[in-house]
Amino acid sequence: MKKLMLTLAVLLLSVTVIFAAGAAEASADDGGLIRVGIINNDPNESGYRTANDSDLKRVFTEENGYDASYYYSLRNDEQIAAAQLFIQDGVDYLLLSAAGTAGWDSVLQDAQNAGIYVILFDRTVDADESLYVAQVVSDTNLQGQTAVDWLASQNLDEYNIIHIQGVMGSSAQIGRTGALNEMVANNDNWNLVTQQTAEWNAETAQQITQAVIDSGEPFNVIYAENDDMARGAVAALDRANISHGVDGDVIIMGFDCNKWALEELLAGRWNYDGQANPFQADTIDGIIKNLEQGIEPESKTIFLEEQGFDATTITQEDVDRYGI
Amino acid sequence: MTASTLKMKTLSIVRKQIFIPIAALLILVVFNLIADPSFFKITYSLSSDGSPILSGYLITILDNASELAILAIGMTLVTAASGGQDISVGAAIAISGSVVLRVLCGDNPRPEEMQASILTAFLISCLVSMLFGAFNGTLVAYFNIQPMIATLILYTAGRSIAAWINNNRLPIISDPSFGYFGTFFPGIPIPTPIFIAVLCMLIIALVLKFTTLGLYTQAVGINPNSAKLNGINPQLVKFITYVIMGLCVAVAGFIKVTRFSTINYSVVAADIEMDAILAVALGGNVLSGGRFNMAASILGAYVIQFLTTTLFKFNVSSAALPAYKAVVVIVLVVLSAPAVREKIGKLRKKITASRLGKEAV
Repeated sequence: MKKLMLTLAVLLLSVTVIFAAGAAEASADDGGLIRVGIINNDPNESGYRTANDSDLKRVFTEENGYDASYYYSLRNDEQIAAAQLFIQDGVDYLLLSAAGTAGWDSVLQDAQNAGIYVILFDRTVDADESLYVAQVVSDTNLQGQTAVDWLASQNLDEYNIIHIQGVMGSSAQIGRTGALNEMVANNDNWNLVTQQTAEWNAETAQQITQAVIDSGEPFNVIYAENDDMARGAVAALDRANISHGVDGDVIIMGFDCNKWALEELLAGRWNYDGQANPFQADTIDGIIKNLEQGIEPESKTIFLEEQGFDATTITQEDVDRYGI
Repeated sequence: MTASTLKMKTLSIVRKQIFIPIAALLILVVFNLIADPSFFKITYSLSSDGSPILSGYLITILDNASELAILAIGMTLVTAASGGQDISVGAAIAISGSVVLRVLCGDNPRPEEMQASILTAFLISCLVSMLFGAFNGTLVAYFNIQPMIATLILYTAGRSIAAWINNNRLPIISDPSFGYFGTFFPGIPIPTPIFIAVLCMLIIALVLKFTTLGLYTQAVGINPNSAKLNGINPQLVKFITYVIMGLCVAVAGFIKVTRFSTINYSVVAADIEMDAILAVALGGNVLSGGRFNMAASILGAYVIQFLTTTLFKFNVSSAALPAYKAVVVIVLVVLSAPAVREKIGKLRKKITASRLGKEAV
């Protein structure tokens, strides 16, 4: 038995060595391509992420002069470890969509010392501005503000809100929560019936909503920080025969503009969906091409254009154009 | 009945393995009764499509614990036979759910009508899940790899495989009859997942009663060598438990995708493997294998959901929720740990002995 295990171990090791050698060879002859290490969240996380990932893959190709390596994880520590690997590997650019905002200082410093340009995309991190050349991000604060302004424009006498949050600490959660929290704090007729995290999960959102329904507390707004969670909440409402959407008793708000979610809006079953623009690759491409010519970006932070959709004004054209 | 026999009787109940999950459940029930008796209210109403349904916290708990209870069955067997846990069940659920949708949708992620019967899709996903279970089982039983390491492979790769099965698209099934399995059949006021869970429990109860599966599993878990000497093939038994786990995963995955008629590969059944292992631990089962109590594990699953729903009800703030859960779990698991229970038993014996001694004087 021991012998067998030993042989297996040796086999495994030799296989790893062969693969490692192959990888090293591959990186040696890049033929003048710009080497980018891209650290992203798991593309299966959501429709948003899938669109984001395929957009990056569309732009960072060999035809466009890039040799791109990808690493995916939803966990900050794994992403930091991957960043360290990319730095050791000596990539030219490190593109980063951080899973969490904290803990990036030292690894970004390492990148800078190694002469690697860091470009943040989609999500910002808590690190000194000097540690990266640019960030191409969604303004999640603005997304939250746009949504809350829209909600305020509905002129309800009283706002009793079920607030379903994303993964705590992610910038999307912080931005989308912030505007609502501020509004609730400043207005007596704005109340949070519950404020819970469903961690982007439809089923947990359904359970949270179900718990409020079972308690009998009145509510008239569901503010879910992504489409999946809004869908979970709506499932609980349907079960309890509570009407929602345009002319319904409960206002449904979601984020990310998945195609199916915009169709819900078009059908009048939801009221609002806030856009989170996943197409950052072209902007990043522009920044890199400029840097190669020695031109630094004019400002560190580049915000993508984003809007919110209202069920009463959305058209089929919007669904086709903005749905992801 | 004298006081001492009564004491003996309560003592024997307390010593029983199933006592811990029952006690935990009772504590939660009493806590909710005191805090807000309306927790136990069940109402009868109509859903938005006009069919009668029962609702209330208890129904929610029973409904949402279904997948976990089914997984607890498989996890108990795997734990008992191999002395380790399968941490790939969450990822495997993503795969089985993805297979169901793939079969029903064909190449079009938004089909007007389903491309195959629901039964076919379910059976195919059972087959695929059992194959993945067999993969885990082979690594554990025949290659002697630690279960947690062996299943780590699928844990890491599973969700990507699930996404790949559907070409990373987001299938949505619009036919309402598919959703019946995860919600309600029209006219039946009890959520379907509850029936599915009960059916699974009945089947496993019958299997344990009329086959030697339970006996063999325990024999292999306690001592594979002596089991072998007694004519049991320990490798085959371990292998079979992983295949059964695969079957449980397929059923749980089927419920998960029918709840919303769609799937989200990265968050569906997230962290459910930890809850399933926790259910086994709460049931007082030894996590290093050997004797097991299936009913206690299943009850453990309901305790976990009861706790989750209770925390939602009391609107514990998002940031503090995991901390509350952790505290409760630590207390329960420590109390149900065999070593601690033995110590407590000894201590109790000492106290009774000294008291008896005093009485004798």
